[in-house]
Amino acid sequence: MQLSVWTYEGPPHVGAMRVATAMEGMHYLLHAPQGDTYADLLFTMIERRGKRPPVTYTTFEARDLGKDTAQLFQDAAYDAAERFQPQAMMVGASCTAELIQDDPAGLSEAMDLPCPVIPLELPSYQRKENWGAAESFYQIVRVLADRSVKPAPREGRRPLINILGPTALGFRHRDDLVEIRKILTDLGIDVHLVAPLGASPRDITQIGAADFNIVLYPEIGDEAARWLERELKQPAVRTVPIGVGATRAFIEEVAEFAEVDPTPALGDNSSRMPWWSRSVDSNYLTGKRVFIFGDATHAVAAAKIAHEELGFEVCGLGCYNREFARDIRVAAKLYGVEPLITDDHMEVEDAIIAAQPEMVLGTQMERHIAKRLGMPCAVISAPVHVQDFPARHSPQMGFEGANVIFDTWVHPLVMGLEEHLLTMFRDDFEFSDENGPSHHAAHAPRKHTATQDETPAPAPIAQPANDTIWTSEAERELKKIPFFVRGKARRNTEAFAADQGRAEIDLETLYDAKAHYAR
Amino acid sequence: MNALPPSSGCASDLAVKKRPSNQTPILRERGQREVFCGLTGIIWLHRKMQDAFFLVVGSRTCAHLLQSAAGVMIFAEPRFATAIMEERDLAGMVDAQDELDRVVGRLLERRPDISTLFLVGSCPSEVIKLDLAKAAERLGAKHAGGVRILNYSGSGIETTFTQGEDACLASLVPEMPAGDPNGEQELLIVGSLPDIVEDQFLRLFEQLGINHVGALPARKSGDLPSVGPNTRYLLAQPFLAETAMALEGRGAQRLDALFPFGAEGTANWLRAAADAFGIDEMHFNNVIAGPRERAKRAIEHSAKQLGGKRISFLPDSQLEVPLARFLNQELGMEPVEVGTPYLHRKHLAQELELLPESVRLSEGQHVDKQLDRVREDKPDLTVCGLGLANPLEAEGFTTKWAIELVFSPIHGFEQAGDLAELFARPLRRRDVLKV
Repeated sequence: MQLSVWTYEGPPHVGAMRVATAMEGMHYLLHAPQGDTYADLLFTMIERRGKRPPVTYTTFEARDLGKDTAQLFQDAAYDAAERFQPQAMMVGASCTAELIQDDPAGLSEAMDLPCPVIPLELPSYQRKENWGAAESFYQIVRVLADRSVKPAPREGRRPLINILGPTALGFRHRDDLVEIRKILTDLGIDVHLVAPLGASPRDITQIGAADFNIVLYPEIGDEAARWLERELKQPAVRTVPIGVGATRAFIEEVAEFAEVDPTPALGDNSSRMPWWSRSVDSNYLTGKRVFIFGDATHAVAAAKIAHEELGFEVCGLGCYNREFARDIRVAAKLYGVEPLITDDHMEVEDAIIAAQPEMVLGTQMERHIAKRLGMPCAVISAPVHVQDFPARHSPQMGFEGANVIFDTWVHPLVMGLEEHLLTMFRDDFEFSDENGPSHHAAHAPRKHTATQDETPAPAPIAQPANDTIWTSEAERELKKIPFFVRGKARRNTEAFAADQGRAEIDLETLYDAKAHYAR
Repeated sequence: MNALPPSSGCASDLAVKKRPSNQTPILRERGQREVFCGLTGIIWLHRKMQDAFFLVVGSRTCAHLLQSAAGVMIFAEPRFATAIMEERDLAGMVDAQDELDRVVGRLLERRPDISTLFLVGSCPSEVIKLDLAKAAERLGAKHAGGVRILNYSGSGIETTFTQGEDACLASLVPEMPAGDPNGEQELLIVGSLPDIVEDQFLRLFEQLGINHVGALPARKSGDLPSVGPNTRYLLAQPFLAETAMALEGRGAQRLDALFPFGAEGTANWLRAAADAFGIDEMHFNNVIAGPRERAKRAIEHSAKQLGGKRISFLPDSQLEVPLARFLNQELGMEPVEVGTPYLHRKHLAQELELLPESVRLSEGQHVDKQLDRVREDKPDLTVCGLGLANPLEAEGFTTKWAIELVFSPIHGFEQAGDLAELFARPLRRRDVLKV
């Protein structure tokens, strides 16, 4: 048993729902009790979909147990087939139905439904949402793909590719896809199929007609891509184009696979991020310590951008999806940090407190942790929140994605010029640094944010190491330090004093500590 | 491809029952239900009982439901959590009980401020027959002195949405101290209300001259009111069947009344108490005249918006019948279909009598068939769950999220205007928008 207050991922059948909901003409029959329908609201409320997810829940009750839950399943299957006339049907069980062992796969096989059936075995007590999505998509491809469909001879036609991985409720999948299509257009490559998002079961049967696959979201698409590599001999591009460098590498890899010239796409002049990062006002970004946590793909990409494209220092790196822990371990080694592989957000919080970063790049959960700790934060990864479905175009991938990332990460920080102005004006009687930076509420002083928490967190929030006393002179001096570094200065000084066994912090101690921590 | 077998009526058996009060038939349906399970009640119960903690013994799905329904992310550390069962817990029962002991131990260590811990059963824990009553007893003995450990089931195979609160409150009834059988008659308000609403009612009862008034649940678990043969109780919520039975098992008697929604419902509810406690008619009228008039004034401007409009309720919280009565009686709306997950005929007897003959009452749900009826009826406003609201809006229907009716203060005179406004706002918004 795992004590959980909050989870990064839902159960695996929610992953299957994300695949079914992304597709057209697919229906998912889920053997489940009432209440599991809550998952519908993820799609209708968070993603604001105007359609119900194509899911039928068999809705068994306690009184049905041991009697006719299997009959209930069969009735619901016939009903759904007749009402929705799907091209194919996924069938499976949620966590409770898994325990009653009605065997939806066997039942539906015996039923002779009027459409192909994709039986799903998603072990709810071992696996989670991303795995469920990957497994469902893989089973759909495996069952439906017509293995006799091969690419037409290359002569006299443009290259043809599949894009694998985008789903419903995906972190910026909608907008990433626009950017990828732009790149492919520039390269003169045609898209045969995007799947699961927007694909129908009939489309899936023809998946073999493409020359190769592009795996945009390995967490969801890689399982199917590996099968296609093995069975249909379709190679796969696996570079994930998040960040300027990765986008360039992606373009080159795609061009190489397609045997086309990469130059038209590489020359994209809407890429502003490199100059924004080089311009002098970005100098203050140098060496900012960032803590990164998310799904493995987004976290690894974020670390690379942070390190290579913004000049940050990666002071923590981790992911919640164990299946991709290896990628995180490799990257963590690169930046000389300890990899954090956990799905316990309290452990992540402890790691953030210990690392004392100047910024957190994480999920919505880390955004809340950072808010409590008074640290700037930007969201880089699922699990999704209603804010991750903005009305405007807001990709993470491609050159435009890199532009968006620059803005998203830099805006929560105090800007370079503002940093100097704050120092200049801090003695001005009209200036109150308790107002925080002008442009953002992300790291208003903690005393304002404390009231936002419904209950006081029993978790330790960096307390003074001991009851060291500040002399009033040192305390006054501390107040002259800009507020956004004051907390850190206080903590560092107290830690230093404790370390040195000084019971009192005077001016001397303050500046000794400053020298000690100077980098 | 094969032809489909003849439709067997599918997962829906359709029976027609007679409404006892005025003989209107009740449509009973069985099929897919678009409702929450009883675990959802934890979201408001943990806020009401500030020293209680709710530990769901369930699956990742249960944890995901709670965080999705509650937007838990905004809280530092909510007073609820899930003990997520894993593969190894399912291997043997002894294991699962040991694991539960470990998890509870860790939790109580982390939260020494908890004085009542509810072990909440879920679908998976019920299916594997994990005995939480036994666990509560064992853990209660182990942690005796500091914390009371109770259990109830919020599972979706047994409870629908608000029935979770019913099960929780019923588990508290045996814990209530015994009232003095020779003492004075006491009043008990049953059903969790926002503190501000509860305080308004307590003030009114005091002004009426009813001095011994308790509330279930109490804000602090140490303040559980007493119960006994001298207890007269008023249900503040229509979904408390099991709790009512438990209270009656301890000798309490229910005061039959309308539910306290709107000016008339609230007046009727208070009057039931006043009558039972022998309060003078004139005094009663003096006390409630002011707030009752205020309530009427507050709903007036919404009446213009809502009068004559047709409304359908999809089953959600069991509040549907009293709310339909309020909207019909005080705002002139025409209820087309009033769907409810479960219809408690006895507790709702007075409410049902006031509903117009034309209304279609339905109990249970077959969501696809019900949506077909909504499309045919074309009501001006459809009250439904979050999974259905946007899809219906996209089809051109104006909707009201049912869940807001559970999370917002809507009872009593002072909230009558807010309650009416909740229904008027979607219609006003529809008229205002030019996009």
